[in-house]
Amino acid sequence: MTDLADSAASTATTTTPGREPLLKVEGLTKHFPVRSGLWGKGSVVRAVENVNFEVKPGETLGLVGESGCGKTTTGRMLVRLLEPTSGKITFEGEDITHTKGNRLRKLRQDIQIIFQDPYASLNPRHTVGRIVAMPLQVNGIDPPGGVKKRVQELLETVGLNPEHYNRYPHEFSGGQRQRIGIARALALKPKLIVADEPVSALDVSIQAQVVNLLRQLQRDLGLSFVFIAHDLAVVRHFCERIAVMYLGRMVEVGTREQIYENPAHPYTRALLSAVPDVTKLGGHGRIKLEGDVPSPIDPPSGCVFHTRCWKAQEKCSAEAPALVPVQNGSIAACHFPESGEVV
Amino acid sequence: MSNTPATADSRSPGTEDTAVAVLQPETAAKAFVGRSPGELAWIRLKRDRTAFGSFITVVLFIVVALASPLISKLYGVTPTAGNAGLLNSEGLPIGYLGGISADHWLGLEAGSGRDLFMQLIFGLRTSLIIAFSAAIISISTGVVIGIISGYFGGWVDQALTWFTDFALAFPFLVFALAIIPIINTASYDVGEEVPGSFRIGVIIGVFALFGWMTTARLVRGQILSLREREYVEAARAAGASSAHILFKQLLPNIWAPILVAFSLALPGFIAAEAALSFLNIGVVEPTPDLGRLVYYGRQWLGTPDWAYFLIPASAVFIVVLAFNLLGDSLRDALDPKSSK
Repeated sequence: MTDLADSAASTATTTTPGREPLLKVEGLTKHFPVRSGLWGKGSVVRAVENVNFEVKPGETLGLVGESGCGKTTTGRMLVRLLEPTSGKITFEGEDITHTKGNRLRKLRQDIQIIFQDPYASLNPRHTVGRIVAMPLQVNGIDPPGGVKKRVQELLETVGLNPEHYNRYPHEFSGGQRQRIGIARALALKPKLIVADEPVSALDVSIQAQVVNLLRQLQRDLGLSFVFIAHDLAVVRHFCERIAVMYLGRMVEVGTREQIYENPAHPYTRALLSAVPDVTKLGGHGRIKLEGDVPSPIDPPSGCVFHTRCWKAQEKCSAEAPALVPVQNGSIAACHFPESGEVV
Repeated sequence: MSNTPATADSRSPGTEDTAVAVLQPETAAKAFVGRSPGELAWIRLKRDRTAFGSFITVVLFIVVALASPLISKLYGVTPTAGNAGLLNSEGLPIGYLGGISADHWLGLEAGSGRDLFMQLIFGLRTSLIIAFSAAIISISTGVVIGIISGYFGGWVDQALTWFTDFALAFPFLVFALAIIPIINTASYDVGEEVPGSFRIGVIIGVFALFGWMTTARLVRGQILSLREREYVEAARAAGASSAHILFKQLLPNIWAPILVAFSLALPGFIAAEAALSFLNIGVVEPTPDLGRLVYYGRQWLGTPDWAYFLIPASAVFIVVLAFNLLGDSLRDALDPKSSK
């Protein structure tokens, strides 16, 4: 057990050797101070707590978990929209945790973000052309052939009619709007895209189209993705590696096969069993989690999942489990990891 | 910059050509034009009859007020000339409806015998100058304070919000009653005439001092909600500066409420100015003023014929009503979701 823990501490993620990680996240933590009133007592929302993972060039990492588990906060810290409380983000070997000024502007060109809500992510007063050209303009980039030509290329890349350059966002459907958001993220030719639930606001039929577009872009442009989602079916379709989060903490990281076919953490198992499956109707094998996610202001002691875990024992409330390699090959933070197959 | 709601240049010349190229030539040309939210608001405004009526009224009042010296010349009567010969021994105008005649279209002012029409349009000019200046100054102050407090947040926001609440807590009328005479007498020596322009300036200043708070709160709220929008985050993630985010991303989205605030502030200032003059602390003789006309007319209410009260009072009423209706229509057109 101890040697396993040691090796986990040194790598902290499942690594396929050979490729240098594009993005490396170590001990990333975000606490939001909350204060009631002017002289009220301050407390802290522990949104993200000691998160570690890596993304290799051309790889897609899925970040899954329930609402409020810190996925989005993690994503915002990666694109430097939020300042981490502690921890370290390394991008292409450079520590970017607190980069500022011109270096940050340069860096932002390499890491872009796609947002969840296609209705809030496009400025209603700007034409599509202006929206997609915005990243070029704020960075003073004059692409060969002019901004308009580049924007029309981008629109074509994401499957939109380049003639729609002069239209306004309200004239598009949700799926089309999300494509505009993707075109904007691609404008600066980034290396890494953080996709924050890019399809969860869309119709199921449109979801597949957008996910396929992202896959195609990933292949054609060699992009890396951090794909944040709560829909496990979409993640399975898109991501090579998956990290499961619960209450701001990483509970399991593994490859797609490890996570979907042989989950080690009870929480992962519960999440998977909640995926509606039309081929196997009925509640057979469904694990129903009781209650809500505990408050991140006052997280449970020991393993944060013990309040809802059906396998919880005394040890779980006393001692926080470390992320260690488990039987299925993934790494999980659990004292009593699962070993069986998914029912 | 296409910040203004209804810019014509937001359609490029290319759009029409491509539209025609699409299958149905006649309908396509119409359906394929991209319309900005501002253009859509303009279309809604044009369909609104109340807006049309109040707009015509407002424009008419503004034109008449601006052209009052010219009208006076054509009309052949100056606003201050008394017509003692047309008044009876009690000082009431001879003839029906306050002495309405071909020479004096709205009759004469009781007591002084001045032409009411001329007094009215010159008074309107005074009112509109004060209201527009006060509205422009107070709305811009409110916008600047609101933007600073909403965008930068933190202790800046706390201080400005506290200051806004502090200013809101001041009773406007009591303060105006107290401060306006003090400023006027303190600025000029005893016995020296306080010029009309100075009095007008003081009124504008006091209005501006008390008019910015609601706008500041409105703009702060708008900025607070908009700055968390994902399109602002997208701009930030692309490396945009605060100036870009404020002027290119946020401001175009708050033009509509600012415009509505402006158009609704105008009638408020017109009414307040008339009220101050009615109380004799606003504009004094010889500057013509609507509120004072009403005040003078009130003194003759006991007599059977009080057209000289009714006419200026209805003028104030119509101006304020027209501006208010126009402001309401503007709000409905700019934000169809907020209507009733």
